[in-house]
Amino acid sequence: MADEKIPRREALNYLLGAGVGALGIATLYPVVTYIIPPKASGAGTSSVSAAKVGELKPNQGKIFKFGNSPGILVLKPGGDPASALGYVAFTAVCTHLNCTVQYRDDLKEIWCACHNGHFDLNGKVMSGPPPTPLQEYRVAIKGDEIFVSSEEA
Amino acid sequence: MDLKERLYNWWNERVDLDNLLAFLNHKTVPHHRHSIWYYVGGMCLYLFIVQVITGILLLLYYKPTAEAAYESVQYIMTDVPFGWLVRSIHSYAANIFIGLIFVHMFSVFLMKAYRKPRELTWITGVVLLLLAMGFGFSGYLLPWNQLAYLATNVGTNFAIMTPVIGDWLLVFLRGGTEVTGATLTRFFGFHVAVLPGIFTSVLGLHLLFVQRLGMSVPISIEKEISDGKAQREEMPFVPNFLYRDILGWTLALGLIVLLSSMFPWELGEKADILTPAPPHVKPEWFFVFMYQTLKYVPKTIGVFGFAIGGAVWILLPFFDRKSNRGEPNKLYTVIGVFVVIYMVALTLIGYLAPGE
Repeated sequence: MADEKIPRREALNYLLGAGVGALGIATLYPVVTYIIPPKASGAGTSSVSAAKVGELKPNQGKIFKFGNSPGILVLKPGGDPASALGYVAFTAVCTHLNCTVQYRDDLKEIWCACHNGHFDLNGKVMSGPPPTPLQEYRVAIKGDEIFVSSEEA
Repeated sequence: MDLKERLYNWWNERVDLDNLLAFLNHKTVPHHRHSIWYYVGGMCLYLFIVQVITGILLLLYYKPTAEAAYESVQYIMTDVPFGWLVRSIHSYAANIFIGLIFVHMFSVFLMKAYRKPRELTWITGVVLLLLAMGFGFSGYLLPWNQLAYLATNVGTNFAIMTPVIGDWLLVFLRGGTEVTGATLTRFFGFHVAVLPGIFTSVLGLHLLFVQRLGMSVPISIEKEISDGKAQREEMPFVPNFLYRDILGWTLALGLIVLLSSMFPWELGEKADILTPAPPHVKPEWFFVFMYQTLKYVPKTIGVFGFAIGGAVWILLPFFDRKSNRGEPNKLYTVIGVFVVIYMVALTLIGYLAPGE
């Protein structure tokens, strides 16, 4: 044909390329969506029973399971074990590199052993590499159980 | 120099691409009226790769314990996006894979492609079939459903008949004297680590032999060529043969996805040791011809018959002297056809007349 604009071979190559591309996307799409897991139940936990009243003495901390990650509950030095005001609770996941923090009764601070990060009992960074404060949780007492819930709940 | 050229040169200076490309451009495949069978081996290779990819994907969610296995497969089938598709592809492709290895093997047998100098290709090929059946047997248990539990009980029980080491072998396979969660964890290890390692090594040898020796041309065609009745014809591997391969692979994937979408692979009931075997319980189809035979002959004769038969089968290239000399051997064709008919017939009886 004299008025042919695209050579036959080139046109076929385009078609083949488009077909292969479409097949590639049709194969990759299920694979990529498969790799991302569906939302697990438990990840959305907003309130858990962290400890029993009387379990902690003043100036003592406890790591508890908050959904799928650890939280830390501390009965402040001189705090009233029977009052929610005596306690503070934070995520136990350090804001630096996700190590689990612990309570140091000798320093009266929350401390991360990985890179020597220190937090005060408001969750604020005292020293060390953590860039931001620990996220604080709310504490409430119902009966003899101490419940911890996240702010957005 | 444009980027493409510079990239090529960078690699060429390090891994000698010129040489590789020259090799690929010169590689050819014999072209004659039986050439269609050359594609079956490549199809098996492709299905193996599909198994590796879907298998790795299943590993992301599967849990190999008696308590969690069934539930994790249920989770894959119902909750994970496209999980049903990945598992169904893995199951369908596994069965088609084994079926095509049989087709590949019998086509090689009937064309006497095992004859000198390709004895080692034949032996590694039969070993690959046995390993694939091992994959099938171990993978079948992993969803921890009732049928798989029973099939594993029956299947592993044969190990006890092995002379001298029978008791040891049974415990080795089951991880104890009974089929339990320990068996499941063990089979998982076989299925995802031990067998893939061995299979990949033997497959490497098999492909090396195929590459070194080239494709076998059937004796009848060789004779026509030497008698001057036919011309020796070759097809370039790249792109002519490879494009045909890829076309077949694409169609196969389409077929498997179609099957998986229309009939997702079933999960069955969770394994429960207190549930008695249902009537007409059968192993996977590729074991049915042996299972059915054991209904007619005493167990000892049947099991040792298959063991010896298998050993002879794997060593056949060394017995078939006529084919090794390049002469047609009717007897071996008859043997091959008989074995195919026997296996197909017994399998059909197993499915169509389960009470027999």
